[in-house]
Amino acid sequence: MSASPSNESAVGPAPERFLDERKSMSCIHCGLCLSSCPTYLETGNENDSPRGRIYLMRALQEGRLELGAAPVRHIDLCLGCRACEAACPSGVPYGELLEHARDHIEKHHSRPWFQRFLRRVAIERIFPYPQRMRWALLPARLVKALGMDAVCPAWIRDALALIPESPSSIPIPAVVNPEGTRRVGFISGCVMSVMFGETHRNSLELLARAGFQVATPSDQVCCGALHAHSGRLDQARAFARRNIEVFEKAGVEMIVINAAGCGSTLKEYGQLLAEDPMWRDRATAFSSKVRDLSEILAEREWATPTPCASDAPIVTFHDACHLAHAQRITQPPRKMVKAAAGERYVEMPESDVCCGSAGSYNLTEPEMAARLRKRKIENILKSGAQIVVTSNPGCLLQIQAGLRAEGADHVRALHIADFLVSDRAGWRANASTATAGDSPDTGVKRASGESRAR
Amino acid sequence: MPSTPRPGLDPALLDEFRRIVGDAYVIAGRQELLVYECGAYTLERNLPHVVVLPASTEEVAAVARVCAREGLPIIPRGAGTSLSGTVLAVEGGVMIALTRMTRLVSIDVRNRRALVEAGCVNAWVTQAVKGHGLLYAPDPSSQTACTIGGNVGTNSGGPHTLKYGVTTHHVLGYELVLPSGEVTWLGTTWEGGEDVDGLDLRGAAIGTEGMFGIVTRVLVRLIRAPQAYKTLLGVFETVEDASQAVSDIIRAGIVPAALEMMDQLITQAVEQAYKFGFPMDAGAVLIVELDGLAPGLERQAQSVTEICRRRRAREVRLAQTEQQRAELWKSRKRAFGAIGRLSPNFITQDGVVPRSKLTEMMRFIEECSRRHGLRIPNVFHAGDGNLHPLVLYDERDPEQVRKALLISDEILTQCIALGGSVTGEHGIGTEKMDFMAKQFSKDDLEAMKQLRAVFDPQTRCNPHKMFPGSKKCGDFHPKKQAAA
Repeated sequence: MSASPSNESAVGPAPERFLDERKSMSCIHCGLCLSSCPTYLETGNENDSPRGRIYLMRALQEGRLELGAAPVRHIDLCLGCRACEAACPSGVPYGELLEHARDHIEKHHSRPWFQRFLRRVAIERIFPYPQRMRWALLPARLVKALGMDAVCPAWIRDALALIPESPSSIPIPAVVNPEGTRRVGFISGCVMSVMFGETHRNSLELLARAGFQVATPSDQVCCGALHAHSGRLDQARAFARRNIEVFEKAGVEMIVINAAGCGSTLKEYGQLLAEDPMWRDRATAFSSKVRDLSEILAEREWATPTPCASDAPIVTFHDACHLAHAQRITQPPRKMVKAAAGERYVEMPESDVCCGSAGSYNLTEPEMAARLRKRKIENILKSGAQIVVTSNPGCLLQIQAGLRAEGADHVRALHIADFLVSDRAGWRANASTATAGDSPDTGVKRASGESRAR
Repeated sequence: MPSTPRPGLDPALLDEFRRIVGDAYVIAGRQELLVYECGAYTLERNLPHVVVLPASTEEVAAVARVCAREGLPIIPRGAGTSLSGTVLAVEGGVMIALTRMTRLVSIDVRNRRALVEAGCVNAWVTQAVKGHGLLYAPDPSSQTACTIGGNVGTNSGGPHTLKYGVTTHHVLGYELVLPSGEVTWLGTTWEGGEDVDGLDLRGAAIGTEGMFGIVTRVLVRLIRAPQAYKTLLGVFETVEDASQAVSDIIRAGIVPAALEMMDQLITQAVEQAYKFGFPMDAGAVLIVELDGLAPGLERQAQSVTEICRRRRAREVRLAQTEQQRAELWKSRKRAFGAIGRLSPNFITQDGVVPRSKLTEMMRFIEECSRRHGLRIPNVFHAGDGNLHPLVLYDERDPEQVRKALLISDEILTQCIALGGSVTGEHGIGTEKMDFMAKQFSKDDLEAMKQLRAVFDPQTRCNPHKMFPGSKKCGDFHPKKQAAA
């Protein structure tokens, strides 16, 4: 049977080649990626699956489809979690195809004003700059503090819910542990440095304990992930060039990052600048030095931590997509969390299915983000865990907001650095913590509260 | 969704479908139907008129009743991993995809059975019951994505078919929505015993590729997970030596759980993809898995090793840990996918020959490859004589497409000539229809059609599949044509 002519007719003028032909053709349409895709699991619509989206991208490129609302809708709905890459037997670089397709969409497709504001202003002009972020948070925190969020429209409430109770930013010394023999660089990030100062302090402490000398250049900039993921490759490249320069000057052996989302982008600078002969090699050299915090810590020999008491809280681990799928790191963080939690460690169902945070996704696609957040919280509750450890700020904010929304106050979400540093000797599972709504007292709050007071 | 609808269906009907399943779950825009124009078999494509994603048996039945009233064809679809065009909307029609009915409804550990919805992914079943020391045996290579409903439709097998049998041996009963919209249950029910009185209609409808109705829920049998495994990897210089070893192992009275072969080309692609540690220069590798009670396995593994050595195996490795075993299987099961590293497109055949004819068949395939100038790697269930030659081509070159089809034809014809069959597990679909006439007599085919007519008298459910010549049938144009 030959396909009917109505199927094959090309639409529009000669299409622009935005996808690498060979890379897009490496998808053989086998479908093995389908069940790994969070949005497909939720909607059951093949258009919302990796195979379907690649088909749409190819159809756009070949001129079989015109760039209209329908294909853009399905490509927008992609979380960019890259779970499909880990499932793909053909090694299709889906994340890269997606970034190029989004770049193409942003150049040629016009969006409603609100989406434009979110993407062009909030995500690209505020988040990547710590100082602007601090200012932007002020009114939001004021609204929350005054309890005015209750009268805001739902989408504003959802966005406000993501802001942590006590965002903290701390000054980071230029060099920590100058006696350390191996000098590594530290990426302070943008969102991380404003909202998770405490986590930074703990990360630096862990690195120092492991014997590293840690340099944090103050002139580094955002990694460019938010731009790259939303289809602004040129801006992302500008950020990348700046960071490469800064860290070359810093003279470091490795570059450590405690946010999985940034980590995967930093590790892909080589690809991002592949077509720039001046920068290609420098970018590849930079990327080869990048390590996730858990990766670098797990490589070292560690004294076995004091085993947890048998009534210590139950701990589980949520795989950040950009750690598990984009960087394929699943065992190192588990190894450390298990070592600390001992017998009290459990695996939760679907630990590597996206929580819906996905960078700025929870702002641009609140509905699907909420569905996935609910799914994640349900799985956490199924596991019986009282502490969820993860390694990405976006996931933390999303899961914390989800736990609050579902009334699961007995469960705490912690960054792996905070979990490892906190004083677990005092942890006891409180019988009352099993009841949702009771005041959480797993000791974790106390521990982090103490360290905050230091 | 602001997308031009595909012409040919009354908009009022779309609204009716929307009222049944919800607005978001009726896909009717041309731009969004595109991804449903084919499954994993991409040579033939056509758009359905509409895709409906129901969430329950009741919704499936309601959609089917509308189709019955309007005389519309129904195309059931699971994950769309079909390799033979089984989910192709040959002349359009209403595609009913079960991808929202994915629940594992209930597990009965004592009676070793589980009730699942048709869209439940095969691998999820074993994952869910593993903790009870149970498993669901049929393990097609696409098991991480393909659905139980699709497995029933094609009577799927997998590497472990050799010892455990295929889907029909592990399905106790299932719910079927007939093309009329009537809901029926074939075989054992959740409360029922192992055996059912009367004719085995359950067995009759398994493997009918969606022509008898839409499977909505399935009661599957769970088996006890084997106490122990011994998984061996034999490395051979030639496919012929490896094939001889296969025959020898069976002749020695050993029934491995799986007996799989990969030739050099596929081994190289798989090694590049998964870095398992396969030798890149081996002519063929043989994966032999023995399972069962621990005590007897050691001796069997020794016999297998000796047989392989006698057939000039360069090396016989034993998986030392469960993780090694898992990695070996992962490499094998994802072998098809690794083809993306060799070629943009492939057609795979799954013809079967008697085990004793394996060597002869492999020589024939090699000769085909040489004559037509297209590469044909092989990965297959050697224990069953179930071949999977993967004919590599590039869809952008019409000459290669023509040759790939020709090669497939020659290979399948040869399978029949050697006393085998044209499909072991992938199904006939649209791809192999014409071979039915070569493999079966007119009377056989007539009997099959009569059986189908009992379930689907109007041949409206998954039309134009399996029976030769049926694609020329033009009775299924939607009654009401929209002004396009």
